[in-house]
Amino acid sequence: MTDPIVIIDQLRVGFGDTIAVKDVSFSINPGETVCVVGESGSGKSVTSLSIMRLVEFGGGAILNGRLLLNREGGVLDLAQADTPTMRSIRGNEIGMIFQEPMTSLNPVFTIERQMTDGLRLHLGLTGAAARARALELLRDVRIPEPEQRLKQYPHELSGGMRQRVVIAIAMACRPSLLIADEPTTALDVTIQAEILALINRLKQETGMAVMFITHDMAVVAQIADRVVVMYRGEVVETGAVTDIFANPQHEYTRALLAAVPRLGEMHGKAAPEPMRLVGQNHAPKPILARETPTPLLEVAHLTTRFPVRGGPLRRHIANVHAVEDVSFTLNKGETLSLVGESGCGKSSCGRSILRLVNPASGSIKLDGVDVLAQSKSALRQMRRDMQMIFQDPFASLNPYMRLEAQVTEPMRNFGMADASDRAAMLFDRVELPRSYMRRFPHELSGGQRQRIAIARALSVSPKLIIADEAVSALDVSVQAQVLNLMMELQADLNLSFLFISHDMAVVERVSHHVAVMYLGRIVEIGPRAAIFDTPQHAYTKALLKAVPIADPAKRNLLGDLNFKPIPSPVHPRSYVPEASTYETVAQGHLVLR
Amino acid sequence: MAKLFTLKGIVGGSIVLLVLAIALFAPLVIPESYATQMDMRARLSGPTATHIFGTDQLGRDLFYRVTLGAQTSIMIAGTAVLISLVIGLPLGVISGYFGGWIDNVLMRLVDTLLAFPALLLALTISAVLGPNLTNTIIAIGIAFTPFLARIIRGEALRVAQMPYVEAARAAGTNDAAMILRHILPNIMPPIIVQATISLAFAILAEAGLSFLGLGTQPPDASWGLMIQASRDYLDIAPWTALVPGGAVAITVLGLNMFGDVLRDVLDPRAS
Repeated sequence: MTDPIVIIDQLRVGFGDTIAVKDVSFSINPGETVCVVGESGSGKSVTSLSIMRLVEFGGGAILNGRLLLNREGGVLDLAQADTPTMRSIRGNEIGMIFQEPMTSLNPVFTIERQMTDGLRLHLGLTGAAARARALELLRDVRIPEPEQRLKQYPHELSGGMRQRVVIAIAMACRPSLLIADEPTTALDVTIQAEILALINRLKQETGMAVMFITHDMAVVAQIADRVVVMYRGEVVETGAVTDIFANPQHEYTRALLAAVPRLGEMHGKAAPEPMRLVGQNHAPKPILARETPTPLLEVAHLTTRFPVRGGPLRRHIANVHAVEDVSFTLNKGETLSLVGESGCGKSSCGRSILRLVNPASGSIKLDGVDVLAQSKSALRQMRRDMQMIFQDPFASLNPYMRLEAQVTEPMRNFGMADASDRAAMLFDRVELPRSYMRRFPHELSGGQRQRIAIARALSVSPKLIIADEAVSALDVSVQAQVLNLMMELQADLNLSFLFISHDMAVVERVSHHVAVMYLGRIVEIGPRAAIFDTPQHAYTKALLKAVPIADPAKRNLLGDLNFKPIPSPVHPRSYVPEASTYETVAQGHLVLR
Repeated sequence: MAKLFTLKGIVGGSIVLLVLAIALFAPLVIPESYATQMDMRARLSGPTATHIFGTDQLGRDLFYRVTLGAQTSIMIAGTAVLISLVIGLPLGVISGYFGGWIDNVLMRLVDTLLAFPALLLALTISAVLGPNLTNTIIAIGIAFTPFLARIIRGEALRVAQMPYVEAARAAGTNDAAMILRHILPNIMPPIIVQATISLAFAILAEAGLSFLGLGTQPPDASWGLMIQASRDYLDIAPWTALVPGGAVAITVLGLNMFGDVLRDVLDPRAS
């Protein structure tokens, strides 16, 4: 047994009067991946920033504890190290990867310049030697055509490529410890799978220690050797990954694991059902579809394009084919999920149905009424029947408006009587205290705000609710509660949901039917069980394969999954796309030819 | 409301109240002739017991000129900024919120106004309408409108793209309610800041117009006119510039502090 690379001993970090990290202790061994997992505000990022001594730049202070780094020539306490020493350690002995690959690279420098910076500084490499090392690093992180990439600027690379470059920079000086702070959270699931496999492989090749910070239990199950669970600044449980998942000891860990939807756990169940959370004794009731399905929303050949302007006169030169010949039917009291990766057109599709953007062609019928044929005022009346819940609960509420005013706004728009009384009932329904009616959005947490958004959508008793990534921005335990709430409301009020999401596990949990979108088209649509149990289209299969499963026994880091980059949806104005034609593989299960 | 009684709020509020009180009541308490009385034996005198702020080149008492000039300066600047807000706010909000051809037409108009230096524009308007106080105010107001309209348009454009505006639209909110409930409250903070800064510039603009014979006419006092007149004596009698300049600076400082606090009071997020 070798000595640990890092020993964190009784670390305490404060920001002003608040203690963000309370007496945290754990260690990381060489060749080991330690996942620090917790929800927002748990202090996991602050812990990692303390090791880098970057926490001071954010107004924090290390109040107590030791951060022992085992390096050549002895053990150093990072908490006591001076600035020059820290500067020689950062990016050299400890490498760091941040969450957002879009912003952690400097847009005005080439990749070569950014990669060779650290090499010059820490290793004294210059010119051809630095360039050769940079090329070698790009090959290590499996970037195709590395010579080309060196000359490019960050904006010329895709998100996944950029994150690879960030990893290459972090690996440049062969660090003994790599800190990865939510490195895959901003990435699509197929790219996430590649990046996780890459980090795992680099660890095995170099024997470095990895401190991996994430909120996602599924990612933990995929990559961790040991897990540190943090909650409100404290470590509540530490253990080997298999123990944590098989036999969680702490109450919080159990609650967290119960709240994680696991891909495949709905196998064999006919209808979606709420999750069984900790402290809940009765078995969840499945949300049964009606015996005789009646269509509520019928979408046929929906096409939405956005103009691309260019040239000196900003002429309309091309179109983004955001939604291309999409057809589906959503039945009353059911949930249809649109699932796909970023840029696949799922959000544009939802917004087209509400006519928040105007589709180019196609037909949308809500309860038999043609949505696209309505005048501006008639459309406003129709919006009473179809409401929307948006992704970001922080941005979708007006910061200057009291919550009561926000919830009653749709009712006032349609001249409904007793708006205040109804708002009070809605607050009860979404399980928020009525005293919150006088509050402003900033006084609420993310989950509470999303409940407000749900109450607002429900206020006019709509037939259809379009939920656009409605739970993606929430912590997992809050996500589970909000999902359960939505499903209970569906059962009670006979609501129909068009559920737009990128998360396959959540989709499996809530859907009656699923449509998989790729490049503006539905590539596969059918009953939930058919899509998840017998996927037919290559893209659906690839997507399902890439989803991390919250079970360390089902690891999926087999190596390079090598997904093809998504082709551009931008075409010249003269381009005439083919119609979507489908092959019926089973009753209601269609696959794009 | 507790946010009003911070140190900043108390100091800023006191300055604003004091300046307003001087502007309103000084002409009632102090005979107007005090501002024009010339003490020929004490021309360009520094602060003394008889002339606590000193005198100008004609031996006029700077204390009386600055207090009696307050009304003119504050009234002109305040009304002018109010006029530019009354025109600029709807212009900017409509432009930013509706966009498209409305935005293009309105903003090209604003650009045309922006192409002229504000003072030249005010001069032209003042010359066309005739040189008197009312027209000077209107001229400054119009000349300042494009700056405010531009800033307000930018803010309205930003807010119009916020998810809560889209959420409200999806909830069936019409354009008028959207502007009143969602756009206006959210664009207020930068408007408050810009308006307080505009006040300072308006006080100086009035000086420029007065200098050209279009604003306050000598021997009446205004702060701008006093600064203008002190120009030739800066080296031998700097107080002739410091007194009215200080009055402008303190007023603007007070307004800025008050504006900041007002913004915090209006913002539910600031605790």
